[in-house]
Amino acid sequence: MANSDTVLRVDHVSKRFVRGERHDSLRDLVPAVVSKLTGRRPNRDSGNEFWALRDVSFALSRGDAYGIIGSNGAGKSTILKLITGIMAPTAGKIDVKGRLSALIEVGAGFHPDLTGRENIFLNGAILGMKRSEIARKFDAIVAFSGLEDFIDTPVKRYSTGMYARLGFSVAAHVDPDILIVDEVLSVGDVVFQNRCLERMHSVLRSGATVLFVSHNLRAIAELCQKSILLEHGKVVAHGASQDVLTTYLERSGQQGLQPGERDVSISAVRLRRERAEGVAFESGEKVWIDVEVEAARECEPFSVVLFLNDDKQYEVFHTSTEYLGCPPISLKAGGRFLATFELDLPLGGGTYYLGALLYRFTNEKTLHRVFPAATLFVSTVTEARGVINLHPRITAFGPAAAAEPAAEALRK
Amino acid sequence: MTNALSELGKRRDLLYAITWREIKIRYKQSVMGFLWAILLPAVIIAAGVLVRFGMSALSGKAVPAQDLAGVTVKALVWAFFAGAMRFSSTSLVGNANLVTKIYMPREIFPIAAVLSQLIDFLVAGALVGLGLLIAGFGLSWQLLWVPVLLLLTIALATGWALLLSAACLFYRDVKYFVEVFITFAIFITPIFYDVEMFKRWANILNLNPLAPLIEGISKCAVYHVSPDLLWVSYSALAAAGSLIGGFHLFKKWEPGFAESI
Repeated sequence: MANSDTVLRVDHVSKRFVRGERHDSLRDLVPAVVSKLTGRRPNRDSGNEFWALRDVSFALSRGDAYGIIGSNGAGKSTILKLITGIMAPTAGKIDVKGRLSALIEVGAGFHPDLTGRENIFLNGAILGMKRSEIARKFDAIVAFSGLEDFIDTPVKRYSTGMYARLGFSVAAHVDPDILIVDEVLSVGDVVFQNRCLERMHSVLRSGATVLFVSHNLRAIAELCQKSILLEHGKVVAHGASQDVLTTYLERSGQQGLQPGERDVSISAVRLRRERAEGVAFESGEKVWIDVEVEAARECEPFSVVLFLNDDKQYEVFHTSTEYLGCPPISLKAGGRFLATFELDLPLGGGTYYLGALLYRFTNEKTLHRVFPAATLFVSTVTEARGVINLHPRITAFGPAAAAEPAAEALRK
Repeated sequence: MTNALSELGKRRDLLYAITWREIKIRYKQSVMGFLWAILLPAVIIAAGVLVRFGMSALSGKAVPAQDLAGVTVKALVWAFFAGAMRFSSTSLVGNANLVTKIYMPREIFPIAAVLSQLIDFLVAGALVGLGLLIAGFGLSWQLLWVPVLLLLTIALATGWALLLSAACLFYRDVKYFVEVFITFAIFITPIFYDVEMFKRWANILNLNPLAPLIEGISKCAVYHVSPDLLWVSYSALAAAGSLIGGFHLFKKWEPGFAESI
């Protein structure tokens, strides 16, 4: 991977943190130093350190869009802090070529007493722009934020949304070689999230590189060709985003209690036609899903939840025995239970993933989750794209003058 | 170190922006506005003048106008130095959200604190300079020493600012230590008095590297006498040492800032 197009290389990087006791004041330091000098070993240190990252390596070439996924505490934010230089790695090396811009927190450094105009210059400088550059882009930044009328108002009078819009507008006008985006999409409204995505697309079109950390698996699947999966600070999957996402979902499905510790678990999920096995279906066909449950011990009452995700891991649909009017299921030790769901599949063509979980609605507790439990391939005869087949038909097709009388009626 | 310096040079626009923010927010929404730049030095000057009148009452000798002007100049320089220490020591902790969220050369914060105090000093200094001219203290070639001595004072302040800001980040009570020290240091620095008053003990007072600089500035500006070259060289060494040492240690500790703050 030592090609000249590499713009970011993370090379066997590890990061150790010391948790727990630290000397925050001189008052604590003095006794600690004295006990060190007198040879008494302080009874801490070992066991108090933990590795947020262990031997992480990857490289980004120019024009790549790269995703980092992982559950909370997997080390995603730490790796970004190391790449941006906020923290230094304990071991390993990070090489960055070119201007790096991070959409980690929009509006960082905004001062509430300063006006929008003043904050644009301040924030722009913090993000690495020259004063002349900000002056040149100033009008564009203001127009993009849509805050022309409030630009000379102190930002403490702004709403949260206005604040974020202004911050994002400045950040969006930095021309980076590498753009780093962290979870920004999880805050803000839909319009704002879409703007972030648009921004990343336009950065990519300009030939720059994007590194994207998110819980939004759909956004990662859409934007990034390649991803890595972090788990407890280690890279556990690495490669094409689709594969990495599937690995992530499989692993998160298995997380939690070990099989032996569970009171109750899903023993099988079967996908079938009424009387035959099958995984490939025509759009509009019916499908039967058997969910088999087994109890190791007597368990609390639960319901069976069934859900269907598309290939970008966006939830298409979910249902449960509870929604369908069935009472909660109680099982004795060794008890077995079968719930069969019958579904219509008015879906667009594509690959879908089926998941099942045992859920206790009264205290919102998941007892067991299996995902993906089965893969479903749906083919469409009609030309319908997307997750749902709305059965499109053409009822008029020709010059507008020959339009249906209904259109005339509407105009009146 | 050269890398660090060139990086700082590249981000000078940020240094200006942060300095300007420091100044702007201090005077925004305040009753006195820019008068604050003059108020604090004015209070110290008033204290100095009072002390001088007190001394003259004890000794029975009248206070020469020159001595009052000398106290004024010295109090002004002291106000700059003390302000620089006070504001820089909290500069990193006060910008914790930037230190932990975005990368930038962090020395910008203490340096900006010193610069913003310097601008206050220049405002007050211009007024005092004008006052000295009107009062007929005249001009001389010795005035050329003033910018040199001032530069050394700034270097000394910046070196200590770097050290104290980092120390405050690791140990929160350094801030109180700085406050106590500033309060006390006005007595061991020749502001209300001149080192010569202490005869053969004068050299001990001059060990404080700020003393020869402050004395020198007042001597040149008011009495038109060249400063003591030997002691000024000593201060210059101390200033260069604290600037280089402060910067070096700051950069050495910087990688740990974000996780220790």
